[in-house]
Amino acid sequence: MLLSQYPTTGERLRAAALWFWCILVLVFLVVPIFVPVPLSFNSGSFFTFPLAGLSTRWYEVVLGTPRWRAAIGNSLLIGFGATVLATILGTLTAIGLSDPKFPARRLVVPLLISPLIVPVVVTAVGTYLFYARIGLANTYAGIILAHTVLASPFVVVTVGASLTGFDRNLMRATSILGAKPHIGFFRVMLPLILPGVLSGAAFAFVTSFDEVVVVQFLANADQRTLPLEMFTGLREQLSPAITAAATLMMALSILLLIVANLLARRSRRDASVLVE
Amino acid sequence: MTSVAMPAFSVRGRDRSESLRPLALAAPLLLLLVFSFGAPIVALLSRAVYEPTIANALPRTAEALRADGGAGVPAEPVFVALAADLKQAQAAGAVFELAKNLNTRLPGARSQVLRAARLASQNQAASKEAMIKAAPLLGEQQSWAAIRSGVHPFTSFFLLNAFDLKWTNDGTIGAVPSGQAVFLRVFGRTFLVATIVTLATLALGFPLAYLITRLRPAMAALVLVLVLLPFWTSILVRTAAWTVLLQKYGLLNDLLLWLGLTSDRLELMYSRTGLIIAMTHIQLPFTLLPIYSVMRSVPPSLMRAAQSLGARPFTAFWRVYLPQVIPGVLAGCLLTFILCLGYYITPVLIGGASDQLISNFIANYVNAELNWEMAAALSFVLLASTLGLYVAMTRYLGLDLFKMG
Amino acid sequence: MTRVCRTAFIALATTAIISPLGSANAEELTVMATGGAWQAALRQAWFEPFAKKANVKLNEQEYTGELGKIKAMVETGNVPIDLVTVETSTVLQGCDAGVLIRLDYSKIAERSKFLPGTALDCGVGIDVYGDVLAYDTTVLKEAPTSVLDIFDTKRFPGKRAMRKAPAQNLEWALMADGVPAADVYKVLASPEGVDRAFKKLDSIKKDIVWWEAGAQPPQLLASKEVVMTTAWNGRIQNAIDQDKRPFALVWNNQIVEYDMIAIPKGAKNLDLAYKYLAYAAEPEVSAQLGRFIPYGPVRADATPFVPKEVLPKLPTAPDHMKAYLVSDVEFWGDQGEDLVKRFNAWLAQ
Repeated sequence: MLLSQYPTTGERLRAAALWFWCILVLVFLVVPIFVPVPLSFNSGSFFTFPLAGLSTRWYEVVLGTPRWRAAIGNSLLIGFGATVLATILGTLTAIGLSDPKFPARRLVVPLLISPLIVPVVVTAVGTYLFYARIGLANTYAGIILAHTVLASPFVVVTVGASLTGFDRNLMRATSILGAKPHIGFFRVMLPLILPGVLSGAAFAFVTSFDEVVVVQFLANADQRTLPLEMFTGLREQLSPAITAAATLMMALSILLLIVANLLARRSRRDASVLVE
Repeated sequence: MTSVAMPAFSVRGRDRSESLRPLALAAPLLLLLVFSFGAPIVALLSRAVYEPTIANALPRTAEALRADGGAGVPAEPVFVALAADLKQAQAAGAVFELAKNLNTRLPGARSQVLRAARLASQNQAASKEAMIKAAPLLGEQQSWAAIRSGVHPFTSFFLLNAFDLKWTNDGTIGAVPSGQAVFLRVFGRTFLVATIVTLATLALGFPLAYLITRLRPAMAALVLVLVLLPFWTSILVRTAAWTVLLQKYGLLNDLLLWLGLTSDRLELMYSRTGLIIAMTHIQLPFTLLPIYSVMRSVPPSLMRAAQSLGARPFTAFWRVYLPQVIPGVLAGCLLTFILCLGYYITPVLIGGASDQLISNFIANYVNAELNWEMAAALSFVLLASTLGLYVAMTRYLGLDLFKMG
Repeated sequence: MTRVCRTAFIALATTAIISPLGSANAEELTVMATGGAWQAALRQAWFEPFAKKANVKLNEQEYTGELGKIKAMVETGNVPIDLVTVETSTVLQGCDAGVLIRLDYSKIAERSKFLPGTALDCGVGIDVYGDVLAYDTTVLKEAPTSVLDIFDTKRFPGKRAMRKAPAQNLEWALMADGVPAADVYKVLASPEGVDRAFKKLDSIKKDIVWWEAGAQPPQLLASKEVVMTTAWNGRIQNAIDQDKRPFALVWNNQIVEYDMIAIPKGAKNLDLAYKYLAYAAEPEVSAQLGRFIPYGPVRADATPFVPKEVLPKLPTAPDHMKAYLVSDVEFWGDQGEDLVKRFNAWLAQ
């Protein structure tokens, strides 16, 4: 569809140039992501090509040593806690916002998306000093709360997008038919917006699973997460274990991307709604 | 986003409760945001203007200074009061903190304050002459300007310092000595890097976004997944990948040598170039996706119509297509620019010492220098410029980064 | 959804299993150190033997060596650590900021037994290390003979790494500019001396890669990112001994420094912390660290207990003391903050 039915030479040239450029851009986008994969199977302890030999020893390190395993466990725990909280709170908020009678929208919406705009170091430092005062620093609860804040805008936006296609008259119909509000919500609304809710949850999980700046301030040695372990590793002691961890994290990302994409397609939207 | 036409069912008496119910649904998240996000940031920023250490340690001096009323080096009673304050601070163990705080405003004051306090606690420095002998800085006008401003717990010192400015002796605002001027340069560098990265992502992302809208659906979906893949991959993973690629004996240098584009291995790690390459890679999807979502809504028939009406391809693109996709371009660029202003991880791991951005300085002031007031002041400036940019773009250009219901 | 729940349950269960279970009754001591090979050596030499001897549970934490976190703990009155390892300059900083307590040496050891400059008000020395020059013997054809060769870009072209701090670098800069070691701190105390040092650093600024963590120098050498680097001797020695890297150390003009340990204000197990300090200060005990990383003890009467094969690798070995400088703690306490600020401004230019 790039060319008209009877393309001129100029048109063909332009199309070829466009393709050429875009293929370069795609290579730039995608190839670096996969660079850690072969390195993670390196049998030597160097962080560079060429490989000394193939082995899974670095996966054994990441999956077998207490330090890395604790980090993986922490990341899952914190990611799960933040996802559940952000998804519930964000979905409720999106439903409230989708009501045309919502008051003071012009004040509330900027507040809701502010965690995306405020530089994360400012958030991290502020949260750290404040949480330290109220005893939440160096606790799982503190990190989960902070991650919930960072992840909630994604849920609000994704669920909000799926609610625009939702006909509110359905809810009125259920209430006229005598159903209590929560029945209407679970039987009518939730099934329809579920793809949006789940892809919002996927977004929330990735946000928390990827987060390192807030964790760097809020966590002590017991709460080190996978990204924090990688950050210190990259900064101080490059070992191929990092590439193994990176490969595992990437596999998880790809899995979540596929899930989110399928969900998005189920709600008859393509993946771009995720960022709209 | 279309809003659904709604029959007016509501009865007048229920209006209030009906507008309260949606608010009640949003209340838990709003409360969480106010208490665990809003409050901490306000508390942090307040440190930039409120610093009571000196005021707390020197109450008598403050009072004596008020009584003295002059502008230069004060008279005897102030020195006597200062000696009494220092003696008490020494006894209470607060003198080191006082010395550290004064040193921030008055470089070199630390050891002199400590010496004066030591003598004061032995009752050997109860006069103006003895105090100046112990701490020669106290005989200088600028020291007293610093003390006079220091005894007020509310201060503009840190905010001014964030712009490399300070109060001079004669009560006007002037530049700090060039040896201490850091922050304007760092803010400038942060904005420069953000601008370059934004333009680079636009140059790479715009054509690709255009191509995707022109592909068959199955192909477009595949390319979109390729774009989303890095978007969903951890920043740490991507930064790790770039450290592998950018090393002196890394893949990128191998490739450049093999292609014959360079004759020597380039120093890409710990360099501005490396930082910009990695940041461009990380930000590209953020610029591309908003552009793509707007382009999708522009019917391709418009361009064809323009061309069939005799417009040359370039004119059709420039006059017909571009104006319609501009909102997407601005939204994507704004998003990337704002996110670039707050970059922290990538500069630490890939940038060199002269490529550290403002966030890195904030973290350094918190962790290493223990100067949280300066960190708060820098945070304030960073936050203000970010929010200012966002508000300006949304207000005046009618942009909405995060379209909602 | 059920699958999500199950995954989460497994995650929760895993975390519960792998997270350390604090035993409520046994006495506990929490030590925070700067990690890496060095903390591993501390563990083997002191932490584990002490835990066994005193029958306590010793918890370890890690940090970056920056006091920000401890300051936050102290400010809020919630201090979960009892001991922290710090650098000498950080001891003075923490002392001033009211973050570290002033030590009662009657509970540790006789203060005069320590080497000069290793028994400070807020911190007691634990080891002696050297700031040296290191290079890869397969990369440099000609061996450098002094740390000061790092300023010679003609004989040794290419990137070189230095620590991102003014301390040591300013001293070396002045020595490279012809100031005798004995006069370095006298010259550096004057504004002209500082200018002179920065001017010398300027001459190689564009060739410098800055490192921050002690594990970075061996890494920078291994990836051939730099041709030479300043480093702490132990990190390079361990890379040579354990990882069999072809590195070499240059001791001439080394700067001798001390690692310290301190008690944060508000530490909950104060008595036990002092008990540990007293234990680690015993001559025979304090010599043990050398078995795991080549750093020397901070008291002269401990030297006989250092294993014979370790002695030649220590910064205090006679071969290494032909030309050296001892870092001046008092100088850095007074001038440190200004010079750090000046250094950061210089870096940003």
